[in-house]
Amino acid sequence: MTDLTELTVADALSKLKEKEISPVELTQAYIQKLDNNKKYNAFVTLVAEQALKNAYIAEQNYLNKVNRPLEGIPVGIKDLFCTKGIKTTACSHILDGFIPQYESTVTQNLLDDGALFLGKLNMDEFAMGGSNETSYYGPVVNPWSKDKPLVAGGSSGGSAAAVAAKMCAAATASDTGGSIREPAAFCGVTGIKPTYGRCSRYGIIAFASSLDQAGPICKDVTDCAILLNSMAGYDPKDSTSSKRDVPDFSSFIGQDIKGLKIGIPEEYRPEGLNPEVASCWDKAIQILKECGAEIVHINLPHTKYALPTYYVIAPAEASSNLARYDGIRYGLRVEGNNLDNLYINTRTAGFGAEVKRRILIGTYVLSAGYYDAYYLKAQKVRRLIKNDFDNAFQNCDVILTPTSPVEPFAIGDTKMLENPINMYLNDVFTVSVNLAGLPAMSLPIGLSQNGLPLGMQLIGRAFDEGTIFKTAYQLERGANFVRI
Amino acid sequence: MSEYIIETEKGKWEIVCGLEIHCQIISKSKIFSGAPAEFGDDANENVSFVDAAMPGMLPTLNEECVHQAIKTGLGLNAVINKYSVFSRKNYFYADSPQGYQITQFEYPIVGEGKITIDLSDGTSKDIRIERLHIEQDAAKSIHDLNPTKSFIDFNRCGVGLMEIVTKPDFRSPEEVGAFLRKLRSILRYLGTCDGNMDEGSMRCDASISVRPLGSSELRQRAEVKNVNSVKFAMQAIESEAHRQVDIYESGGTILQQTCRFDPSTGGTKFLRFKEFSDDYRYFPEPDLPPLILSDELINKIKDELIELPDAKKSRFVNDLGLTPYDASVICENKEVADFFEKVACGRDAKKVANWLMGDFFAMLKKRNLDISQSPVSPENLGKLVDLISHEVISGKIAKDVFEIMAETSENPEKIVEEKGLKQVTDTSAIEAIIDAVIASNPDNVASYRAGKVNLLGWFVGQVIKQSQGKANPALVNKLLKEKL
Repeated sequence: MTDLTELTVADALSKLKEKEISPVELTQAYIQKLDNNKKYNAFVTLVAEQALKNAYIAEQNYLNKVNRPLEGIPVGIKDLFCTKGIKTTACSHILDGFIPQYESTVTQNLLDDGALFLGKLNMDEFAMGGSNETSYYGPVVNPWSKDKPLVAGGSSGGSAAAVAAKMCAAATASDTGGSIREPAAFCGVTGIKPTYGRCSRYGIIAFASSLDQAGPICKDVTDCAILLNSMAGYDPKDSTSSKRDVPDFSSFIGQDIKGLKIGIPEEYRPEGLNPEVASCWDKAIQILKECGAEIVHINLPHTKYALPTYYVIAPAEASSNLARYDGIRYGLRVEGNNLDNLYINTRTAGFGAEVKRRILIGTYVLSAGYYDAYYLKAQKVRRLIKNDFDNAFQNCDVILTPTSPVEPFAIGDTKMLENPINMYLNDVFTVSVNLAGLPAMSLPIGLSQNGLPLGMQLIGRAFDEGTIFKTAYQLERGANFVRI
Repeated sequence: MSEYIIETEKGKWEIVCGLEIHCQIISKSKIFSGAPAEFGDDANENVSFVDAAMPGMLPTLNEECVHQAIKTGLGLNAVINKYSVFSRKNYFYADSPQGYQITQFEYPIVGEGKITIDLSDGTSKDIRIERLHIEQDAAKSIHDLNPTKSFIDFNRCGVGLMEIVTKPDFRSPEEVGAFLRKLRSILRYLGTCDGNMDEGSMRCDASISVRPLGSSELRQRAEVKNVNSVKFAMQAIESEAHRQVDIYESGGTILQQTCRFDPSTGGTKFLRFKEFSDDYRYFPEPDLPPLILSDELINKIKDELIELPDAKKSRFVNDLGLTPYDASVICENKEVADFFEKVACGRDAKKVANWLMGDFFAMLKKRNLDISQSPVSPENLGKLVDLISHEVISGKIAKDVFEIMAETSENPEKIVEEKGLKQVTDTSAIEAIIDAVIASNPDNVASYRAGKVNLLGWFVGQVIKQSQGKANPALVNKLLKEKL
């Protein structure tokens, strides 16, 4: 028998239904892979025994024909999602030993559909980072690394690397400024950040509440549709989740895109854009043209303000969201001789440098005397960025851009580490989408000269993930990218 | 208007005072979580994951609290804002597990309104309400259980509060007292807050400054925090105003500061200066969308609104002929007003009011009972009034009957019947007693007949005494005059 971890979720499900394979076999295969691939540091917590137990239950469910949509599919969960009874730390020292007594809505939806969890995936601390190097548990190694270890991207580096290295069939991830799409691009896998409000944020450790959104990272477009079907939906426990009906995303797979208008934003092709990224973009345009889509040139004039806007709003919300980690009720506590010192000692020891930097930025931009100049102005620009997209979607149905301006770089890259701005610049193509609340997917299109994956991004109208899925599926077919 | 002036050898001063009143909302569950909003349970019994600010938890707005705030706004004759926004007020303290309080800042749910207060000199005055907003209460720190440790009870954490802010319209302690009593009465009528200041469900902060009489300037103010009775509020304002006058007159200045009222001294105690004003870094709460109210909802609540004290009072004055003073005493408490109306229905309202405010209140006070616990029912009190009006018993006998009613909760008709207390209106029976009295007091009869007519009262007394109080006094009078 071939390696079962090669199977996509769609293929595995059909083989499970046909009894060609069993959930236990499938789970054992992934556990074996997990063991072989520890070098990637993709998982921070494993629950292999529990996974096997659940695989036996899944097997019974298949035998009794009460199998659910994801019955017996072994998935990995980003450590940002609270999982009942399973340690959840957001890869921060400050949440040492925290075991939630509740389940996030998204992971509960997966459990209800029969998925089983292999463990918790590495990530940048509190999802703050673009290279997975801010994790308290060390960086994830990109499975595409050759002579030197490369970053897997971030913040969902563990999710992307684990899917790429077949350590799980699919993974949950979250995206505040590109945290699903960038690592997916770096690891040659596919990830979608749905429209803000599609997935409940209940039980997901908050980074920036108005930007955070959960989504899947999978082997391909079809699997993303299957996973998102399960993860999405209105949740009364999240007042920002949408009551809109969730369509069957799988139904868009295979639909033709003749006459579909693909927007190409001029602002995303600045002078000096990495020529390999540019040529990969051209390749994607060519594929879509051949599928009968129409290429439309569009403008998103406020794009240049997106990055500074994002780096005001996200830290502002984060500075407040992270105030609850005070050493009183859970996680790390470093004692002090009074309450203030307990706070100071705990937070000094518990947060890493990047998290501290963002708390400081956020506290600063919300301070009296600076609020109008930073936070309020950023909210106004955010509206302009959203208007840009509204205008652009008058003339096109979906927008195609690169996901990242760079290919995966080395862990410990001095240029990235000497100035945090250099790291932030990697988010230049992804943050606008979060500010506008739109859905966007990254999928691998080709390889750089160094043999590293390059991803393209498809951006859709709010709540129109369907058009993204049908476009992405055609693009995937045309690109014929070979996963590792 | 009653003028309150602080007069010293050096000059005349007036008080300028505004209030902020925190009122706990009566609701089944807390404002942003499903935990019960009950009191008196063991510490940390009523705490949800949201209240404890566990990672990934989100607030959801309790509509009942919103309805209560609208109701209160209408009771304060205030503008209901159809658009309001929740904000985060960020600060670190052990009683604030989120590290921020969810409140309303720029856009409160209720705008300007007014309350009319009645003063002892018979005048009334409007106190303007600036706003009412809704927010969550903090937990309770307990410092006196251990010499080195503090404890936290999260039961109160997240209970809904209405913060009512007045304009600086108060010029005397009396006005403040009248306002607090009136506000409490309105809240209790509406059932939106129980108004128990001693239990902390209504808490008052006062901002106090003084200025030379006739001046319109606003001088630096001191804030007196958490005063827990109407009496203390009045004392606090009086003593703080005198303190400020003393400082000004001895050439000093007042710095913006926070004080606490000390009931043991009747004075205010300095807590801290506010020269470096706290920076709460308010920003819109990203976990909750703006609160949009429909006209339909507001009108529905308006239609369901019960008669409030002012309306009731003017009805009692205009329709039932009560004096404004009696009406306002009876209307301060809804249960008293309801009791009164039950008794007054079809009877002489003034007589009923006299009974209620006289013997009835005295009886409750003596027995330390609430009106809901009264041993005398409205029906029985009504029957007692009827017995007097129909001249079945005299007013004097009625007092004795009332005593028995208070003891036994019996029907007064039955008491009068059983004890044979009916007034004697049988002329021949009374004549017999009169004859006996005349026969046994020949000297007084002679004096009376000689012109000492004020002896009549003595004769009346003798006859009534001999009838054991049952003889009708008017009849005795008439017959005595004839016989003498």
